[in-house]
Amino acid sequence: MQIKVNSNPVEVQAERLSDALQELGFTSAAIATALNGQFVSREQRVEITLSPGDALEVLAPMQGG
Amino acid sequence: MQFYGTEIKNRLLLGTAQYPSPKVLTQAIQACGTEIVTVSLRRESAGGSGDGFWEGLRATGCKILPNTAGCHTVQEAVTTAHMAREVFGTDWVKLEVIGHSDTLQPDVFALVEAARVLVRDGFQVFPYTTDDLVVGEKLLEAGCELLMPWGAPIGSGQGLRNPDALRAMRAHFPDIPLIVDAGIGRPSDACRAMELGMDAVLLNTAVAKAGDPLGMACAMVQAIEAGLAGFDADPMEPRDMAVPSTPVLGLAELG
Repeated sequence: MQIKVNSNPVEVQAERLSDALQELGFTSAAIATALNGQFVSREQRVEITLSPGDALEVLAPMQGG
Repeated sequence: MQFYGTEIKNRLLLGTAQYPSPKVLTQAIQACGTEIVTVSLRRESAGGSGDGFWEGLRATGCKILPNTAGCHTVQEAVTTAHMAREVFGTDWVKLEVIGHSDTLQPDVFALVEAARVLVRDGFQVFPYTTDDLVVGEKLLEAGCELLMPWGAPIGSGQGLRNPDALRAMRAHFPDIPLIVDAGIGRPSDACRAMELGMDAVLLNTAVAKAGDPLGMACAMVQAIEAGLAGFDADPMEPRDMAVPSTPVLGLAELG
């Protein structure tokens, strides 16, 4: 199915969010996720099933002021 | 000085962006002895690149204050805060809800609403706000235990645009920690903020974009310490006219 990851259209096979992150190469422990604007915790990722058109945000630590 | 029960000795809070290199950032942190550094979250690319920065910063032992920079709505800020809490492992959040893209002025209405939500969710909120007293009161009512009024627009280096308003904040909120956040350009700006009774200063660009970031970080700390000592020493009030400091009693008549 096609979803958006950080606004880019992406094809994924996996349906579970945790599996999709692995498939897409997001293997770092220092990432946080939000699906369709809602925070999804690490623990919740195995419970979340993706749907076509979902908007996934994957964020990581960055310098800031 | 305590922020949400955490004892702080160094009154400089330092941003981590825009340094010439990660090494210079680490050196500046170590040189000036800051105890609190601000960080952010940005989109990750597959394969990951943010870990190195984060690991390097953790090694400094500083307390981490994640921000919600770039958020323009309550939902963006709240979601970002939750993501930051998970990644950085802290309930602290520097809450920014930007209302104007040119001035980066906070949207104080959304700020108060977001603060209320985040306090309810267990966060310890450091709100980036204006110097408006009414907004300050609303933020405290929302559960914030400190306030971070701006000195001037973010990154402008203009110093304190409205020192009278900061003085009024000190008078109106005598027991609330006040941290000037944004706009500081030079050590004299930081010193003046402390002379007005502020409890700490948060800055980034003034150090990161200085020709010598290490030297500037240290100068800022010295200026902050001098300003704090000056405020504690209760400065004299300015006078319109001259008053001789040398006694006139016993002055010779020589003309």
